[in-house]
Amino acid sequence: MTDTPMLNEWYPVGILTQLTKAGRDTLLMGEAINVACDSLGAPVVSAEDGRTLPVRARYGHVWTSLGSPTKELFDIPEADQPGRRLVDVGVVRVKCSPLRAVENFLDIAHFPFVHTDILGAEPHTEVQRYEVQIREEVDEVWATKVKFYQPQAAKSAAGGITTDYMYRVPAPTVSILYKTCPPRPGEWDVITLFVQPMAEDLCQVWPWMALFDDQTPMTDLIHFQQMIFLQDRSILENQLPRLLPLDPGMEIPTRADMTSVAYRRWLKRHGFTYGAQLVAA
Amino acid sequence: MILYDYILSPDCYKVRLLAALTGARITLRPVDFHPGGEHKTAPFLAMNPSGTIPIFEDDGLILTESSAILTYLAAKAGPAWLGDDTPAMRGRVAQWLAFSQRLSASIGKARVHDMLNKPADIQACRRAGTQCLREIEAALVEQRLAGHAFLAGDRPTIADIACFPHSMLAPDGGISVDPYPSIRLWTRSIRALPGFIEMPGIHRLHDLKPEPGPIPERV
Ligand SMILES: N[C@@H](CCC(=O)N[C@@H](CS)C(=O)NCC(=O)O)C(=O)O
Ligand SMILES: [Fe+2]
Repeated sequence: MTDTPMLNEWYPVGILTQLTKAGRDTLLMGEAINVACDSLGAPVVSAEDGRTLPVRARYGHVWTSLGSPTKELFDIPEADQPGRRLVDVGVVRVKCSPLRAVENFLDIAHFPFVHTDILGAEPHTEVQRYEVQIREEVDEVWATKVKFYQPQAAKSAAGGITTDYMYRVPAPTVSILYKTCPPRPGEWDVITLFVQPMAEDLCQVWPWMALFDDQTPMTDLIHFQQMIFLQDRSILENQLPRLLPLDPGMEIPTRADMTSVAYRRWLKRHGFTYGAQLVAA
Repeated sequence: MILYDYILSPDCYKVRLLAALTGARITLRPVDFHPGGEHKTAPFLAMNPSGTIPIFEDDGLILTESSAILTYLAAKAGPAWLGDDTPAMRGRVAQWLAFSQRLSASIGKARVHDMLNKPADIQACRRAGTQCLREIEAALVEQRLAGHAFLAGDRPTIADIACFPHSMLAPDGGISVDPYPSIRLWTRSIRALPGFIEMPGIHRLHDLKPEPGPIPERV
């Protein structure tokens, strides 16, 4: 089953530094594609029927689309800011709806229970009121003024701090979070989840980061983020129903779930339903 | 003592866990296993031609098999973990240490296939992994009938440390652990040991902790 609005979106399908001429076969929304590079190293993505798909090389990853994108790939201005370390965290495959992967990333309330003693800790489980909006001018979901107590907010954090967060959804399977940057007050660390929908209930997640941190070795940064995301993976694989319900009446939102409500509303408005179910569970 | 380590590797976690349980101090050197494939680069192949981690280094000695590392670490930091010095117990511990390699080759491979996209004959790995879990379950039932809670006797040894991580992480590779109640009890006993540490997919016993604070208010 395909979904026309989502067909025209951009999706991550590989890490730019790991492309080969032979390429790697993978799936995008049920369609077999090959992700390779030409002799100059430029990414080439082809579909099973031989057609060449549009590509973009950005944020460490290859982006492609099965349809005809009407919008350019979203912008992350911080990606070009001098002094940031850009981290390709590596692909993680998850047996879950691509939309569920994004939604879980947006939900701060799970920190103390899933990332215990790292991104959250009991008894600091309260999520304080924050602001959520769909920014019409850019057509993105934004959550701002999110505050949360964290025992180890980043690899570079020495101890517990109250972290400020902002969340942003610029595309149906992309979530970007901005959080307090321990070594550089006043700046935001950027942590993203780029999700490749393989099927409605299977995805590949390509986390990527743009951090201010001159101290921590690259491998430690990668491991820290992989550890966090793998804690989410087992939760994601066990979520029911497997597809994201888009009927707003279905799941009673808690205050912490405001971003998720906005995300679902935004998906529904655009007809972004690949990985969603529109009927009551 | 240096451990070339990867946070998501069950074979590395065994070593971290035994170090935590015995209070041994090891230095961790993170290896960019994924996405970097650093364990297959020349300096690593020079230490371990088989291109796997963990790699362990102490006083000029290099060990590259988790079972050997557990044996060394226990001998050095916590000899009780080797089991009793009787032929039967020595044999049983060695048996399970060797068996643990079948877990790495089946469940371990299924897991990196499903999770990190590494190549594997996934059906064969899952079949072999299921067979391993059935053998562990059967052995644990026998042990319990004899009044023993652990694989090699009535107390935990490196046999348990060697076999427990993959047994818990099997669902990561699409292998169900639901049919094995004895495995579940056994993994709980290990997670209850003082000094236990976690890895992603292997949690502490939340249910033994105090109730969490107030549930967030609904709007
Ligand atoms: N015999 C080894 C097996 C270790 C093993 O399979 N390690 C995995 C990571 S958990 C590995 O390095 N795999 C790389 C490969 O097989 O190429 C041990 O138990 O120490
Ligand atoms: Fe999480």
